[in-house]
Amino acid sequence: MARRAWNLLLLVPFVAYLDPAWYNHVEPRLFGFPFFYWYQLLWVVLTSLLIATVIALGRRK
Amino acid sequence: MSSVRDDIFVGLVVLVTLMGFVAARWGGANLQRLDEWALGGRRFGTVVSWFLIGGDLYTAYTFIAVPALIYGAGALGFYAVPYAAIAYPFGFLVLSRFWSVARARGYITAADFVRDRFGDRMLEIAVAITGVLASMPYIALQVIGMKAVLMRLGGYFALGNGELALTIAFVLLAAYTYTSGLRAPAMIAFVKDTLIYITVIAAIVIIPAKLGGWGHVFDVSAAALAGRAKPASILLSPQLEIAYATMAFGSCLALFIYPHSITSILAAKSRQVVQRNMALLPIYSLMLGFLALLGYCAIAAGIKTTDTSSVIPTLLTSYFPGWLAGAALAAIVIGALVPAAIMAIGSANLFASNIFGEYRPDRTHGSAHLPRLLALALLLFALAFVVFVPTTYAINFQLLGVIWMIQIVPAFVLGLYTRAFHPKALLLGWLVAMIVATAMAASTAAGGTGVSANITLHLFGTSITAFIALYGLAINFVVTILASLVLWALRIAPGVDATSASDYAS
Repeated sequence: MARRAWNLLLLVPFVAYLDPAWYNHVEPRLFGFPFFYWYQLLWVVLTSLLIATVIALGRRK
Repeated sequence: MSSVRDDIFVGLVVLVTLMGFVAARWGGANLQRLDEWALGGRRFGTVVSWFLIGGDLYTAYTFIAVPALIYGAGALGFYAVPYAAIAYPFGFLVLSRFWSVARARGYITAADFVRDRFGDRMLEIAVAITGVLASMPYIALQVIGMKAVLMRLGGYFALGNGELALTIAFVLLAAYTYTSGLRAPAMIAFVKDTLIYITVIAAIVIIPAKLGGWGHVFDVSAAALAGRAKPASILLSPQLEIAYATMAFGSCLALFIYPHSITSILAAKSRQVVQRNMALLPIYSLMLGFLALLGYCAIAAGIKTTDTSSVIPTLLTSYFPGWLAGAALAAIVIGALVPAAIMAIGSANLFASNIFGEYRPDRTHGSAHLPRLLALALLLFALAFVVFVPTTYAINFQLLGVIWMIQIVPAFVLGLYTRAFHPKALLLGWLVAMIVATAMAASTAAGGTGVSANITLHLFGTSITAFIALYGLAINFVVTILASLVLWALRIAPGVDATSASDYAS
């Protein structure tokens, strides 16, 4: 059952992207990239790490 | 006439064609057997699966169309990035479960599962038809991606509008798909993805540097988009925010239920391989994100065209040295061959197993004879479609394909978790949604500008612009729930569930 609870982490990326109004702006920029672009690219990496975390937690008894 | 660029291009395409035929010997299997031909014997590990699934999902058309959409429409085109991120947590949950039940009971398609789960032949056929209908224009779009490259190469590659070279490449593709099955794209995917990564990494290092850095590229693009006859922006206009979010979410639901996705997922040897790949495949999404931004580089570089599918080939050949341009263009063409082969295999399986009902009771040891012939026929049909039908038709049908594909979510995806919906209600929900969503899409094309993904509806006193696929899915659910209530109340018995709880567990 605890394993199922960790699966809730998989909802986090959906929340992060849910409302574009949150990230639909230019500032703050990073390396010249407007916020709209670097925020969404960053969440690709974080999504991957969250899934890896769920796998690791699921393996641990 | 010959150049380093053309020699590298031809060399790489010839290499993968040979690999396609040689792949038949990989693992020394009997390719007359269905699961050997269609699913590579279900024995691909993490690395092979990563290349295969990545090579399958991130198609040549994606590489051409996503930057082209950014080039043409600005920020809206970036929806591919959230889409290609959230698809993986969704896939992690749903595909783990589906892989397990498919392994336990020997399924090769989503429709195999639906038939077993609901005991309903009509629902099985509905799911199968949806998959085939959605795949055909998708294969055609791969051909269009290849054509854009051939036209850019010019010379004898462009003879007869590129159709001569296209026909040779596609006939060879059909031939090695017939002989080697899924092993051919699995082997070729190694070359394809290596070339794609080299191309994209080189592009995002070389091109923005020559254009004065990313900050400058965004600034120039913002000004150029604002100054167009039909202005766009590097940010979303507020009324497009809902469209953006619904396109990302709707496309995410559709991605892994396409027949070609199912095929490459079921080729994995274990549930762990599928799960690990869900954590590793976002590397492709990151690459896709940077590739999308090359659309802005094209604007900053002053490339002006109305044929947006030529944007990426033009950009790459303008800024790369000859040998790298040859490798990059080969990457796009090979990037079309891999998914086209898998789409043909996935659709052929649906035809043979679910529409013709070839394999009961014994699917695992069935003969691959019929699906092999069908895959051949489907590839040649897609080629003919591109040669004889205008390009815009294929693009419109592909968009309709996504809108259709998502309508199997209640039967297939929720079916993995529950039998609360009556199979006849699922069938009715599917039918109504297919008709209404198609009509909505057709109504957006009334002005003669092609089908659009979004439609503005006036609901509850406000107007909402959102992805048609999701409107369709909402209708689908409403009809399914209401019809289920009626059918359960009337005590009309559903078909028998052939699966058991333990089939889904490991």
